[in-house]
This record gives sequence, structure tokens and C-alpha cells, in this order.
Amino acid sequence: MMMDIIIAVLTTLGTVFILLAGVGIVRMPDLYLRISVTTKAATLGIGLILGGAALYFKDNGVTSRVLAIIFFMLLTAPIGAHLIGRASYFIGLPLWGKTKYNDLKGKYNRDSHECNSGKPANEEETEEQSS
Amino acid sequence: MTLYNYLYYILLPLLAIAVLLVFYRFYKGPTLSDRVVALDLLISIGIGIIALHSIITKQPTFLDNAMILALIAFLTTTAFSYYLEKRKKK
Repeated sequence: MMMDIIIAVLTTLGTVFILLAGVGIVRMPDLYLRISVTTKAATLGIGLILGGAALYFKDNGVTSRVLAIIFFMLLTAPIGAHLIGRASYFIGLPLWGKTKYNDLKGKYNRDSHECNSGKPANEEETEEQSS
Repeated sequence: MTLYNYLYYILLPLLAIAVLLVFYRFYKGPTLSDRVVALDLLISIGIGIIALHSIITKQPTFLDNAMILALIAFLTTTAFSYYLEKRKKK
């Protein structure tokens, strides 16, 4: 009975986080904010639900499977979010009108798909002068 | 209220509402990137639904499908972002 309560609490928390991700992808005004909301909330929610499943079955095979899924989600969710955000920024999707900081502005080359965000300020100035 | 009823009558409908919200964004989304993000979230919610369904039916075999779905979600996002960046016209 105690185990049922723990499982219910874990799955409820996971479901609430996933529901908040669903609300966030509708309500957020910008693609980048939507990526930010959905990646974090959905990863946490799925981890909690799968943890509930592992506690329910209490089996070594199921637990290792659940840990593999959680590890893979934690590994790939930030990579996927970064990839889609980077591609969207390269093809010039507009940011939200109230965005205050756009540190990548003017630092990427749209033809060669290179980003100059890692270079110091001097090289950027010389490149801008030469081009 | 048993765990079975709680999962079946409360948590699964909440996840279904989340799926409907994501489908709204998938239908309306102004750009292709919005739809790709919505698809990624849709597959993630599918993994959660499969986990809950495996608890309800007491069949841990469904978790294999969840693992494969997690792999395919990463593949779709990577492929879409790759071709989104490579294509010429907007």
C-alpha cells in the first residue's frame, strides 16, 4: 500500500510536468522559448513516470531498461534542442519582440554556416572590415 | 481508489489533454521548426503514455517500445534540423 502511494506521487508529478510542457508549447510566444520549455519539462516528467514504473515492477530487467531510457533521454534531449534551435537561428526565424539580449546577432555567416561566437572581439572587427 | 483506477481515470486523460495541446501547436505552428518541436514533444509524451500503460496492464514488455521510440525521436529531430539548415529557399 505504501508502495502504491509512492508510485502514485511519482506518476502524478511526471504527468503534471508533461501537462505543463503541453501548456507551455501553446502559450509561449517564441520558438526558442518553446524549445526551452518542452525539453526540460518533458524530460523531467518522463523520468518521473518511468521511475514510477520501475518501482512498480521491482525487477532487475525492467529497472535497467528504465535506466537506459532515462539515460538516453538525458543524453539526447539537450542535443536535439540545440540542433533545432541552431538550425532555426541560421535560417533566420524571428525572435520574440520583447527579447532583450541577442548575443549571436551578426556573429554568424549565413552562407558558410559558421558561427563566430567563440572568437575574441578583435578578430570579428577585422573580419567585418575585410568583408 | 486503487492505483489502477487512479492511473486509468485521472492520469491518462491528463496526458491526453497534453497531447491535444501539442496537436494544436502542430496544426497551427507558424513555421516548420515549431512543428518539429511539437513532434519531438509528441513522441516524448508517447513514451510517458506507454510507461503508464505498462503499469496498468502489468506488462513490462511495453518498455522496449518506449526505448525504441526514444531512439526514433532523436533521429527525427536530428534529420529535420539537418535538412532545415541545408535547404536553400525558405
